[in-house]
Amino acid sequence: MSITYLEAIRAAQARALAVDPRVFLYGQDIGKFGGAFKATKNLSIEFPGRVLDAPLSEDAIVGIAIGAAIEGMRPIVEIQFADFSACGFNQIVNHAATLFYRTAVSCPIIIRLPSGGTAGSGPFHSQNMEAIYAHYPGLIVMTPATAEDAYSMLLEAVAMDDPVIFCEHKFLYYHLKAKSLPTEAVPACQARLARQGHDATIVTYSAMLYESLSAAEELTQDGYEVEVVDLRCIKPLDTDAVLASVARTGRLLCVGEAWPWGGVTAELIARVASEGYELLDAPPQRLNAKETPVPFHPNLWSFHRPTATAIASTLRRLIDL
Amino acid sequence: MLDLLETEPQRKVTAQERYIQAYRFMLVARLLEEKLASLYRAGLIKGGVFLGKGQEAFSVSLGLHLRKGDIYAPLIRDQAGRMAFGDTILDTLRTYLGSQLGPMRGRDGNIHRGSPGHGYYAMISHLGAMISAVVGGLMARRLRGETDIVGGSCIGEGGTSTGAFHEGINVAAVEKVPLVLLVANNQYAYSTPVSRQFACRNLLDKAVGYGLEGHEVDGTNLEDCLHVVGNAVRAAREGGGPQLVVGTLLRLAGHGEHDDASYVDPVHYQASYGGDCMHIAERILIERSWLSREELVEWRREISLEVELLSEKVLTEPAPDPLEEDWSAISNVELRDSYSER
Repeated sequence: MSITYLEAIRAAQARALAVDPRVFLYGQDIGKFGGAFKATKNLSIEFPGRVLDAPLSEDAIVGIAIGAAIEGMRPIVEIQFADFSACGFNQIVNHAATLFYRTAVSCPIIIRLPSGGTAGSGPFHSQNMEAIYAHYPGLIVMTPATAEDAYSMLLEAVAMDDPVIFCEHKFLYYHLKAKSLPTEAVPACQARLARQGHDATIVTYSAMLYESLSAAEELTQDGYEVEVVDLRCIKPLDTDAVLASVARTGRLLCVGEAWPWGGVTAELIARVASEGYELLDAPPQRLNAKETPVPFHPNLWSFHRPTATAIASTLRRLIDL
Repeated sequence: MLDLLETEPQRKVTAQERYIQAYRFMLVARLLEEKLASLYRAGLIKGGVFLGKGQEAFSVSLGLHLRKGDIYAPLIRDQAGRMAFGDTILDTLRTYLGSQLGPMRGRDGNIHRGSPGHGYYAMISHLGAMISAVVGGLMARRLRGETDIVGGSCIGEGGTSTGAFHEGINVAAVEKVPLVLLVANNQYAYSTPVSRQFACRNLLDKAVGYGLEGHEVDGTNLEDCLHVVGNAVRAAREGGGPQLVVGTLLRLAGHGEHDDASYVDPVHYQASYGGDCMHIAERILIERSWLSREELVEWRREISLEVELLSEKVLTEPAPDPLEEDWSAISNVELRDSYSER
């Protein structure tokens, strides 16, 4: 038996619905249709009245989740594509994120964001929004890279009292598989060492984990062992795990699929530069998407995001510095 | 703390009793807001003061018809409705003056106050945002099998131009939730007149357009407001779906106390909606001998004294101390991003 990343997300929602009467699902096309990606397939039949189709109203969808959370429910919202969360942005950052600080009433909502690029998806169905949401105090931002994490982290998010932005990567939906669903897991907000090494550290998350692991593998041909840290959650950011790895390797490359300006890689480098400067043997480096909207054509798209080749090339430069 | 009233007790309240009860809340709101304006002018309130002057009759009609267990998400000019729902003079003063002992603990101020755990949602400044939150609260109650609930919210004519208003009332109609939304058409959104705000003939047409029941009322007439808003609340409670009530009135203050409202066209003061609902209510109370002039004077004295004493008390209360603040925007301290502490 194997289970895909997407099936793991569906299974986590099924389990949350089964064990917690406070949970309900809300989003566009998620009922009988089962969702644009089928992440809620058959759930409206298994859990009648608790998997609700929403109108095309991202602001109201998030607003409804907030009101329901105030009344003690645990809504899981599916925004059809992360890009469209821009239309629900106000409710997320100004209402959900501020509620606990202002009123001492917590806001346990989960906003699932099918994120990231796939070939042919173009500028408005490919975005990575994690840095934008991480910017705002009051939100937890998760970016699972494995099917096991997609399952366990989503269930952990349901148990949290604070609003969680759950960035699930569409590129991983169908291809990435786990042997089985995990029965225990590392806490969601701790980073994981995905590969051990001693010559350099790559810190990354979500789909870029696989490009980074390929690059690290490629460098073994040059005689280098590169450590790869999977952040899993970008807010809170497991800075200690990053510093511990940099302490072992002395060299840091941060890789993200999102745009560079003010993003996760910039934050990582700022933290390591200010808190771990003496650990560094070379200037920290980063790789991100190119500074344009995400292009439609597969030729352009595959070059827009960091590739294993680009990561390997940057690693070689970093190790020679 | 929120002093939630059983505003619809078992005993049938007569129209006269309800009118007098409503007037009392209006008077508390008016006198309290006069004190807030005075504290602002004295430099004792930071930020702003936003008055509901002229809107008390319309506002109180919703607060008074909601019950304990209902949901209420008022907006900036709803001091009267807030008092009727169960907010207190003390909490209002504490929030405006930033007392550490107030419900918002200096973290948010003025009209951004509430007690969401008691159905009293704390507005955010982004107009229209509270509508869908109330819809969500009502959907949650329905999912839990609770019935006999109403969610009330308020907005101005300016707020009807937002996307959130459109999405909120549309989904309220789709979900057929018991929402009662008051739209106070007070002629100005800050300085913007209605001619620059909307082009539909009547805001009530929006009710038809979105599938809500529509009601219209002279917002300066307390008797009419109690009747029309009361009917809307009853209809929502009895399963009639969402209700939109448009009240026509005039904002009798600036947008905030920093604003002299010199842009208001004087023609409005002569219009049928340009009167002061307090004066109209007082005239009726006396004409019908429901209250005497002496009783009115005594009420004013009593309430002013209470406001005065409470404001003196709050002025001596501790302000929030940044060194004691936990500076956490999330409830789980273990999940705080620790960068700022390093």
